[in-house]
Order: sequence, then structure tokens, then C-alpha cells
Amino acid sequence: MRTTASSRSRFLRPTLLAVGALVAAFSTGCTNTNLVRVKPWERATLADYTMNTGRDPLATAMSEHIFFSRESATGGRGVGGSGCGCN
Amino acid sequence: MSLRNLLHCAAALVALSCATISHAQLKVGDTFPAFTPNGVVSLSGAPAPATAGQVVLVDFWASWCAPCKASFPALAKIHTDFAPRGLVLAAVSIDEKPAAAVTFAKKLAPPFATLHDREQKLVKQVVVPTMPTSYLVDRSGKIRFIHEGFHGDATDKLLRTQLETLLAEKL
Repeated sequence: MRTTASSRSRFLRPTLLAVGALVAAFSTGCTNTNLVRVKPWERATLADYTMNTGRDPLATAMSEHIFFSRESATGGRGVGGSGCGCN
Repeated sequence: MSLRNLLHCAAALVALSCATISHAQLKVGDTFPAFTPNGVVSLSGAPAPATAGQVVLVDFWASWCAPCKASFPALAKIHTDFAPRGLVLAAVSIDEKPAAAVTFAKKLAPPFATLHDREQKLVKQVVVPTMPTSYLVDRSGKIRFIHEGFHGDATDKLLRTQLETLLAEKL
């Protein structure tokens, strides 16, 4: 009997922990995508010119130079996309 | 509390939580919402076009969206070719700043109706997956085709083929 109770407790504890974690994740909104995703129609600010880190050629050249001096490596910058998340 | 009760409570909580994150993204076969009740107005001041019993191409755009800008000349050609056969093309801006939408529309001067979803009520109801997205609506008001993004000639060709199909259909 003692062995059965002990093995049940061994099974119960991780199960309860897992259930508790699930409940906490769902009930606190951690899984609510509405909280973390910017909707396609809300991306005006993200698509603004001022959000472009490479908008100033002089500043870009300077940071490129710092990167080159520090890392002894150059290139590999820039990715496609306009910021509106539509391509 | 027994384990079974605890699991039931947890399942109920999870189900409740899932219910709040469900998306109501409109898909093919759904009825497209009407413009006027959702606060969609014309940018030019003219009333929103009548869509009842018509084949309608609804394009959601924004002044800050580069592919939207690229799509306008193609949509203008589609409008020129298909409007005489009964197509209603309505381009709905979802801009938060009306002035930006007006400037964009004035600059490109499209021949089709440019509307504005002032409070973003329509776009929230439709839940557009990306910008731009266009919906081809048949004469019964049902969404028949959805185009996510604008992919140049590929989108243009597909739209034309689908429009031929829809315009050939009778109510």
C-alpha cells in the first residue's frame, strides 16, 4: 500500500505542476496572440521612414567602419522588406 | 479536490482562454460585410459605390504600404477593362491618418473608387492577413477569391481569370 501511495504521489506531482503551468500560461494571457502581434493594419508606425535604421548614409558608413574595425569583417548587412510585413 | 476535478477545471480554463484568442478571419464562402454600416466613406466625398448584385473587387491598402502603391496601376487597368462589364472596384484605405490616404489617392489618381475605413471597423471585421489584400466578391455577396499581397503580373493574370469567371455567372 505504501509503495502504491508513493508511486501515485510521484506521478501526481509532475502532472499537477504541468497542469499548473498550463493554466498559468493560458489564464494570464501569455498565449493570447492579440497581445503580442501587431496587426497588418497597425503597421503604419513601423513602416515609417524614421524606423529605417539605414536612412542616414553617413551614420551607416560610420557604424560599418566601427563594425569592420572591431570585428575585422565587413558586409552581410541588409535584409529585404519594407516594414509593413507584406512581402 | 481530486485529480479528475482539477483536470476538469484546468480544461475549462484553457477552453475559456482559447475562446478569447479565436480569430474571425473572413475566408472564401463568407459574406463580405457592407461598407456604409462599418463607417467606410469615400475619400472623394462621393457616396460609397453600390455593391448589391455586383461583382466586387475590394482592395485593402494603406499609404505606407509599398506593394499597395505598386498594385494601383494594375488595378487601374483591371478597372478600365472590366468596369464596363459590371465590375465594381473599391479600394479601401485603412490609414489611421485620413490626410495620408487623401494625399496618396490624389497623387496616384486611380479611376476606381477610393474609400476610407475611418475607424478601422471593416478591416477588423475582415481581419486582413497582410497588406495589401484583395477580396473578389460574387454577385450574391460571398467571397470567392482572396489575394494576399500583390505579386505583379502573377496577381494581375489570376485576378483577370477569376473576374472572367465571376462576371460570367448570373444570380
